[in-house]
Amino acid sequence: MIAELGLAALWLAAALAALQMIAGFLAVRDGGESALAQLIRPAAIVQGALVTFSFAMLVWLFAITDLSVKLVATNSHSMKPLIFKLSGSFGNHEGSMLLWVMVMGLAGGLIALVERRLPERTMNATLAAQGVVSVGFYAFLLLSSNPFERLPTPPAEGMGLNPLLQDIGLVFHPPTLYLGYVGLSVAFSFAVGALLTRQVTPDFARAMRPWILGAWVLLTIGIIAGSYWAYYELGWGGWWFWDPVENASLMPWLAATALLHSASVLASRDALRTWTIMLGVVAFSMSMVGTFLVRSGILTSVHAFAVDPERGSFILLLLAIYIGGALLLFALRAGTISEGQRFSVASREGALVFNNVMLSAILAIVLLGTLYPLLTEAFDVRVSVGPPYFNPVGAIFTLPMLAVMAVGPLLRWRQDRMDRIGKEIALFAALVLAALILTSLLADIAILPLLGLALGLGLAVASLLPLRGRKLSRTPLSTWGMVVAHFGVAVALIGMASESAFTSERLAAVEEGGTTTVGPWTITLEAVEPVAGPNWTAIQGRMTARYNDGEARQVAPQARNFWAPLQQTTESALVTRWNGQLYAVMGDRAPDGRWQVRLWWKPFVTLIWYGGLIVALGGVLALIGRVLSDLRHRRLAARIAERRADREAMA
Amino acid sequence: MSWRVWVPLFAFALFLGLAGYQLTQPKDEFVESRMVGRELPYFDLPPAMDGVAGATNADFADGTPKLLNIWASWCLPCIAEAPHLEALKEQGVEIIGVAIRDRPEDVTRFLAQHGNPYTRIAADDLSEVQLAIGSSGVPETFVIDGEGVIRYQHIGDIRANDVPILLAELEKAR
Repeated sequence: MIAELGLAALWLAAALAALQMIAGFLAVRDGGESALAQLIRPAAIVQGALVTFSFAMLVWLFAITDLSVKLVATNSHSMKPLIFKLSGSFGNHEGSMLLWVMVMGLAGGLIALVERRLPERTMNATLAAQGVVSVGFYAFLLLSSNPFERLPTPPAEGMGLNPLLQDIGLVFHPPTLYLGYVGLSVAFSFAVGALLTRQVTPDFARAMRPWILGAWVLLTIGIIAGSYWAYYELGWGGWWFWDPVENASLMPWLAATALLHSASVLASRDALRTWTIMLGVVAFSMSMVGTFLVRSGILTSVHAFAVDPERGSFILLLLAIYIGGALLLFALRAGTISEGQRFSVASREGALVFNNVMLSAILAIVLLGTLYPLLTEAFDVRVSVGPPYFNPVGAIFTLPMLAVMAVGPLLRWRQDRMDRIGKEIALFAALVLAALILTSLLADIAILPLLGLALGLGLAVASLLPLRGRKLSRTPLSTWGMVVAHFGVAVALIGMASESAFTSERLAAVEEGGTTTVGPWTITLEAVEPVAGPNWTAIQGRMTARYNDGEARQVAPQARNFWAPLQQTTESALVTRWNGQLYAVMGDRAPDGRWQVRLWWKPFVTLIWYGGLIVALGGVLALIGRVLSDLRHRRLAARIAERRADREAMA
Repeated sequence: MSWRVWVPLFAFALFLGLAGYQLTQPKDEFVESRMVGRELPYFDLPPAMDGVAGATNADFADGTPKLLNIWASWCLPCIAEAPHLEALKEQGVEIIGVAIRDRPEDVTRFLAQHGNPYTRIAADDLSEVQLAIGSSGVPETFVIDGEGVIRYQHIGDIRANDVPILLAELEKAR
């Protein structure tokens, strides 16, 4: 009964999305005269509620482990801890698509509820575009990936959830990422709406900006969570692998970052109109392309997701309609949108354009690297493009971008002279140079990490300069947001550079009671013992780790064997100090009785994720600032209108 | 506005074509060599640079299992693979390299830069060995047992998590 309720709600929501789409387009055509136009906003709101209800039903089915539902039987198990039963509802293809559609429905409902700034016609066009995107996904769910399908004969027990996914990181990682992806669908709908009505105005950018900010913050958090999950759960000791799935979330993030900045220029200076529209289309396109690459199975990746050419074809068809349609519309309409205000190269806009171009270049590099194997496979050559391509090529564009990021926020809008901020530039250059010389004297490290460290240190200081000479309590929250986010980038950069420059690794065969070293650590393997968990058994290495003869810490990495389904995983063990992390992985037993142990000492590696969180915090501050100033604006406008009405009544 | 506004659409059409084509292709995850379980074919290759030994199939039949690593200085994933080969060597694994269509000076430069885990490095200028043992690309690694029989094939670069797998396969081949 629960499953049928969920399915019914899903069909109803799909019907409402179709209504929203048709009514929206009719309203755009006849100027909102038809009675149907009154239905657009309510349809979006009710659709959001229905699809949320449907998703809640799926979660309920997982909570009670209803094995007569195929999706539950294939992805869950009655012995699983409750939290993983719940996360199991979206730890698979069907469930995650339902989550996706739910977030999209909620976003559409929210725009319909709160957005009052856009002209009614643009608003209708936006909701119509949102309707088109939603209808496609509903069709996908209902026709080819029904999450509520029943089994004729329920099995006695479920098949379990991939042990790699039985992790608290995976409870939060997909929802945040999805909220981000789908938030970008709102930006996409706005862009299409504006193209349809040819109203690309600063007001449009202001209306779109909170959505981009929100999506961008969630994407940032999702990427950080995913990176840390891969780092400690996969047991490989790395934090970024340029895996197609990782790239699938990085690419929309890069586009969203560019969009965020160009929308700012449009909102405050009425420039970069077509560019902002283009980025709005590209950002969501990247979410879709990423989803397609991950789910169609045409690229091999460590994340074995649903590999199914039929589903792949369906997503490809959706891609062709949405992105192809939007790009065609863009090509036809871009000529009729004027470019807006002019500005000189040495200005805030100039710096933002430079960073936009660099971000786009990095995006192109990542996209090319991800698609390259696809291209060569068409000619029957199998290649894999790994870190040796992405790291140096990406750095070529990242490093100058970071340098401009340090001085850009100090420039004035429209027109400025570089010599006005000569002192700040000199300070930044001096900091970078000093860090360069100091680090290269202290240690023998490769050129890219060295540059990264120096730039990171310079940027950390430079990012705070926009606050100088301001009254801190009077500084707008959005300025705080920018400063904090830029500072976070510097912190993360220092973490990345330090990790790649100073990591030491040791792969050793150790007997019980034996000792080995890595970096400043001395590690003794006290014993190897079996342990058991709720649905796994493991061998656990009990180790004592001593940092430079200091206090001893206990480390216990495990090699786990799950029995439903049968799978082996490594649980790495971490010791976190303020200046880095010790990372230990338990390996197999050698024939002579010694145990393989893999150890890493990674100085300042945690700064990568702390930096990312600081970036996200900056986004949150900016978002709060924007929403608050919007509310103030709205109240002010209402008061002016009231007074005008009063005056007219008097006259 | 000009032709430039059509560029994104054109690029996207290319992507669609490529992805569509790939979707219709049969999906074989690995081009597994038919030679696994068979003896190494005969070959006798010269050294890939001065100061190292070349290799013949007889070098693999001396009683101890070895790795046969197919690589090239022009191959990007081979750079990523280098530290893991080094780790295998430190575990006492003997690795014989076959450099595909390479130049001695490039081989020398690559090994100076990324370390030399090999006991012998043969020059395979015509991809003779590569074709004979059914390798589909660079890099690729084969586990050869003490009798010179191919026991295991690893396609693509060796990553950190492949090291224990290869060690286990070597153990099995003993």
